Amino acid sequence: MIELERVWKTYDVGEEQLHALKDVSLEVEDGGYLAVMGPSGSGKSTLLSILGCLDRPTSGSYRLDGDEVASLDEPQLSEIRRWKLGFVFQAFHLIPRLDAAENVALPMVLAGIPLHERRERVAKALEAVGLAKRAHHRPSELSGGECQRVAIARSMVMKPRLLLADEPTGNLDSKSGASVMELLEGMNAEGLTLVVVTHDANIGRRADRVVVLRDGEIDQLVAGSDLRYGLDLDAHREPAG
Amino acid sequence: MTLGDVLSFAFTALARHRRRSLFSVIGMTVGVASVIVLTALGEGAQRYVTDEFSSLGSELLIVIPGKNETTGGVLGGGIGGVPNDLTLDDARALERGIPGVSFVVPIVIGNETVSHRERRRQLMVVGATHDFLATRELRMGTGQFLPPDDFERGAPVAVVGSKAAAELFQHENPLGGVLRIGDWRMRAIGVLEAKGHQIGMDIDDIVIIPVASAMRLFDRSSLFRILIRLDSHSDLEAAKAKTLAILTERHDEEDVTVISQESVVESLSKILNVLTLAVAGIGAISLSVAGLGVMNLMLVSVSERTGEVGLLKALGAKRRQVQALFLAEAVLLALAGGLLGIALGFVLVEIFTVFYPKFPATPPVWAIFSALAVAVGMGSIFGVLPARRATDLDPVTALSGR
Repeated sequence: MIELERVWKTYDVGEEQLHALKDVSLEVEDGGYLAVMGPSGSGKSTLLSILGCLDRPTSGSYRLDGDEVASLDEPQLSEIRRWKLGFVFQAFHLIPRLDAAENVALPMVLAGIPLHERRERVAKALEAVGLAKRAHHRPSELSGGECQRVAIARSMVMKPRLLLADEPTGNLDSKSGASVMELLEGMNAEGLTLVVVTHDANIGRRADRVVVLRDGEIDQLVAGSDLRYGLDLDAHREPAG
Repeated sequence: MTLGDVLSFAFTALARHRRRSLFSVIGMTVGVASVIVLTALGEGAQRYVTDEFSSLGSELLIVIPGKNETTGGVLGGGIGGVPNDLTLDDARALERGIPGVSFVVPIVIGNETVSHRERRRQLMVVGATHDFLATRELRMGTGQFLPPDDFERGAPVAVVGSKAAAELFQHENPLGGVLRIGDWRMRAIGVLEAKGHQIGMDIDDIVIIPVASAMRLFDRSSLFRILIRLDSHSDLEAAKAKTLAILTERHDEEDVTVISQESVVESLSKILNVLTLAVAGIGAISLSVAGLGVMNLMLVSVSERTGEVGLLKALGAKRRQVQALFLAEAVLLALAGGLLGIALGFVLVEIFTVFYPKFPATPPVWAIFSALAVAVGMGSIFGVLPARRATDLDPVTALSGR
């Protein structure tokens, strides 16, 4: 599903070059569950941007479903984001003036899916995250956990193969964080490939595999259950739930 | 993404900042309304003048004594070239000599005290002939117009304008009444139907007497004008040339000016056209200021919504789609302003015509459409920059700005 090979991401900062990713290689099989951990500035977000086709590696290869995407141009990347990928963000990124149903419908609007089909799929997606009754509430009228579940419904409505979650529980209390993770892991169990960036070692341990980044390099790449304690992470959270 | 999707998305974005959007719309409204009002006035002025001159009737030539051109030389025509008199004989010669002529009317004009019993008024006295009635497209209210005499006869009769008649004769029957015009006594034989202003004279407030009488009354040897009315199919230019030729031959020099009603209207309407365009240009300036207002609003909007733009990109929005969404907002603002501006413009023009009912101020159709087109064009042009700014946002940084 995901194959990264010797991926570098380099930024020019004045005269110097900043290596956000150094020689990163990893694989995630279809239906896998990868947690990305590491301190701030270790390259987690850069890795997620590349995996999410929001950014291109400076060098190296990124194959998604066997297709080399590192060399695709912007319109082609947006096609991949549209049809294959789903995103969940720490800050939810719901559009405040639209209600839950309209937010969920947004990817289908952009993809040109006809109205009647949109309605059906929005209803199903909201049902799946347990918010059918909140369809016509604006984000300001929803709790943080509910907002994140709307965002998950939005990420799932295009039936992506790969879901990328950037600190999905970062803005939530532990209880709603747990229910959000439950939702994501449930979808993973049904075959969705899941990549979660997190500070939370508890979440990391539940993943099939954990990659720990440090200064843009892979520090550990282990099975979740083998994740060492005492990670030198800058924001360690209490175990959820 | 359908047009409806784009518009409804743009609309919700505008609706969220009602007051801000409203101010932008008002800017556009004022701009468009000013174009509508200014062009309505410009066109109105043009139509007013054109109508005035058209009331002379088409196929009309006017002979004016004197050459209406600046002659060169140190002691040029102005001093040496005292024109020959334009006489009744000249008029007669034109009547005979021009093909397709319907009427030739010699005219003398002066001001004189006109009295009936003890009521006296200073009135414009027009010396003319029987055919003046048809040439100026006037109608009789009561009685007769001047008799179809020879030009030279000069019967002691007068035709009175409706307002002059009402003031001089009051409740008396004017027909047969005696008028004292200067030192002359004339019998009123008719009253004109009320008509109102025709360029330069209030037809309702004049007295018309035979031209020969007027020349004696005012002690003039030269006519003021000769009006030549041609029949409808005749060649105006040929008649003009022929008139000039006849008079040049009779006077041994070219000392008259022949103008046609059309040429006057044409040159006036050219001038007024330029004026209308200039005034529309002023309106367009206020429109472009409104356009800048829209741009400013959109720039603020884009910078407030970087997260939204990042999200749209993450969801697979194409550059074109992002651009369309933001451009649609600018165009919607401009369109709303344009439509409101047209409405406001019409209301203002209506109000104006209440105060000046004679002034034919109507917004020209071209101005309505071009004001709307310019408004929407402004919206698009000034919307492009903010929309491009949105499009160019890097999704990664846009999303991280929380």
